Amino acid sequence: MPDRSTLLRVESLRKVYESTTGDVEAIGDVSFTMNAGELVCIVGPSGCGKTTLLKCLAGLLRPTGGLVEMDGSPVTGPSPAMAVVFQEYGRSLYPWLTVRGNVELPLRHKKLSRAEREKLVTDALEAVGLAHAMRSHPWQLSGGMQQRVAIARAIAYQPELMIMDEPFAAVDAQTRADLEDLVRELHATRGMSIVFVTHDIDESVYLGQRVLVLSKSPTWVQEDLAIDLPPERDQITTRALPRFTALRTHVYDQIQRAKRGQGVAPPLAR
Amino acid sequence: MRVPSTRRLRALRKALLGVVGLAGFLAIWQLIPTLGLINSQYLPYVTDVIARLSEELRDLAFWRRLGATMTSWAIGLAVATFAAIVLGTIVGLVPFLRRATHTTVEFLRPIPSVALIPLAVLMFGIQRQAALVIIIYASFWQVFVQVIYGVADVDAVARDTARSFGLTRRERLSHLVLPTTLPYLMTGLRLAASVALILAITAEMVIGNPGLGRMIELSRSAGDSVGLYAFVVVTGLLGLLVNLVFRFIERRSLSWHQSVRGEEVL
Amino acid sequence: MTAHTGSVASTARGRGIGFRVGASFLHALGLPFLLLVIWGVATSTSTNRFFPGPLTIFEAFVDTWVGPAFVEDVLPSLYRLGFGILASIVVGVAVGTLIGLVRWLRELLEPLLEFFRAIPPPVLIPVVMLLLGITDTMKVVVIVSGAIWPILLNTIDGVRATDSVMTETADSFQVTWWERLRFLVLPAASPRIMAGVRQGLSVALILMVISEMFASSSGLGYRIAYFQRNYLIAEMWSGILLLGLVGVFLAVAFGVVERRVLRWYHGIREVSRA
Repeated sequence: MPDRSTLLRVESLRKVYESTTGDVEAIGDVSFTMNAGELVCIVGPSGCGKTTLLKCLAGLLRPTGGLVEMDGSPVTGPSPAMAVVFQEYGRSLYPWLTVRGNVELPLRHKKLSRAEREKLVTDALEAVGLAHAMRSHPWQLSGGMQQRVAIARAIAYQPELMIMDEPFAAVDAQTRADLEDLVRELHATRGMSIVFVTHDIDESVYLGQRVLVLSKSPTWVQEDLAIDLPPERDQITTRALPRFTALRTHVYDQIQRAKRGQGVAPPLAR
Repeated sequence: MRVPSTRRLRALRKALLGVVGLAGFLAIWQLIPTLGLINSQYLPYVTDVIARLSEELRDLAFWRRLGATMTSWAIGLAVATFAAIVLGTIVGLVPFLRRATHTTVEFLRPIPSVALIPLAVLMFGIQRQAALVIIIYASFWQVFVQVIYGVADVDAVARDTARSFGLTRRERLSHLVLPTTLPYLMTGLRLAASVALILAITAEMVIGNPGLGRMIELSRSAGDSVGLYAFVVVTGLLGLLVNLVFRFIERRSLSWHQSVRGEEVL
Repeated sequence: MTAHTGSVASTARGRGIGFRVGASFLHALGLPFLLLVIWGVATSTSTNRFFPGPLTIFEAFVDTWVGPAFVEDVLPSLYRLGFGILASIVVGVAVGTLIGLVRWLRELLEPLLEFFRAIPPPVLIPVVMLLLGITDTMKVVVIVSGAIWPILLNTIDGVRATDSVMTETADSFQVTWWERLRFLVLPAASPRIMAGVRQGLSVALILMVISEMFASSSGLGYRIAYFQRNYLIAEMWSGILLLGLVGVFLAVAFGVVERRVLRWYHGIREVSRA
């Protein structure tokens, strides 16, 4: 039931890759809605079509069936209301541009004055703590810093929804914790709506207000779990909460079930 | 998830389009003199050129000239490759020599080999040796530089490993340096093979020693445009053949070493 | 192009800066100097008239090329060379980008382009002479007809190999067509394009020389052939020397441009090697 604050609505999304020896059904039937200002984590067993789902949301892939709706209008291609942060930061940032040039690139076709553009870039880089590295090239930075640049690029684009595809899968554990807190902070201070795709169960529980557990391919939403942890989270105390452990165990069980294909199908799906 | 049969379909489409492109090119070539856009004296009909080509292919004299060109090519390439491997390995292995020869190499290498044609003619007259000077000079650098690069590319960890296990110099050379250098050498060889062909034919054109190049020059000065175009096509096919053969050899030698892409590091 | 940059610094660790500078200076100029001395000694003791001594060649160099000959022969050659190179790069990159981006066009033209690349460039000289007569335009066209292929084919390869994630990034941010060309496709292809340009440069120089040896009454190539035919040995050598200098100049100029254009590329390689 669509209400005013519904930002993203996905209904019976289906994606089939066609080939002559037989079609491969990557996404079976995915439905969910998301409100403005929410931070939703999507987690699932490996090879469950997370990236496919994300590309359909972002308008980079055309779904075979179903609907993706953003602010009440269907998504048919990449939209200025969304910005994607890819997993492979090394390939998503352009090495021939400086950090600043990378953040600025998507703004070039927006009708902004030079001063406005400047302000957006500086502001975004400050938000990720990289104002000092503006003139560097991405490859001169560490992996974690590069991913910060990619996040800054998404912030400066001023999307209504930020979509993150396993953004921290390739960075080391300590950096990862810092980046997770950065995401929490952006969500809290800027009220950003974020879809965060990950294969890491702890990460999904720590970050999300909601966690969507996906089944194995062909994918459907196996569980839509509200994370009732306090909004103020912290790497040490939050992760030590009994509730955290309980939620984590629950999601873990669901994923194990998903792997074995024993997930309970939603009533309408099949 | 790509499936073989779609791939086959794509390959078929590609081959088909390639044939269409080739046919289109020949048709346009035929049309230009037919429509009188360019006088057929300057751009002969493609049909005439093909007829002449098949005529030449049945002529023993043509094969003798082709043989002369390819002999110069083969001798030049062999001498240059041998010299480049020996010198390249020595210079590459000894850091002092690498540093000491650097400027000299950087000066000698960009000298266009054709600048040496007058000198070669003075020394050897209108003979194969004159052509060989040019061919060897040009193709030598292609291999030499690759060999030096390959020898220098031996992985530091692998070298330390070999040392720590007490491999002798000889063993290190054959088990470590040679396998690392081989792909580079093959890239250099491929480049040198086409450069040697270019200069074998060029030398014949300019110096006048017997071969395909001289036939091109003779056709031009005799105003035999059909012959000229026919011989140009022959050199193109020859170049294509040399490219394909050496690319095949290179690919075979690279098959175990996917990461090496010689050309870009040149 | 510097395929074997030795690291001088590491061997001279712990010694003074003066020593290090001196050592690299010796390394750079020691061998050339030694070779010149050997040449000088060898030619002063032998009577082979084809090999004059370095001093004779140097004198001939000054007498021959410093003065009006520079304006009459050298400048026009360089002018044609420069123009030919520029035209090859512009046309090669433009057409190569188009072919690289349009798949059916690429498949249509690929076999033809492979064939044209395989033709030894100098054999095109008589063909272009036949079509255009002996003119300045002909010489520039000859240079372009040979130098364009490596640039064109490398551009096609480079454009084609644009990274898929980089393309998706551009898609997701709705980067416009022009921005995509300017900030994604061309920079991504630039290492390949530069490799093509380097090959193109040496082909262009060869074609400049031969087209002048063949069909000209002026120019560097013509002069050298003229000296040889008239047994002006020292002058001929000075011409070879000048051509060598032109070649070295081209290589150095290319190196400077390449380091600027591909600064990011070399930077990444250094980082990944460290």
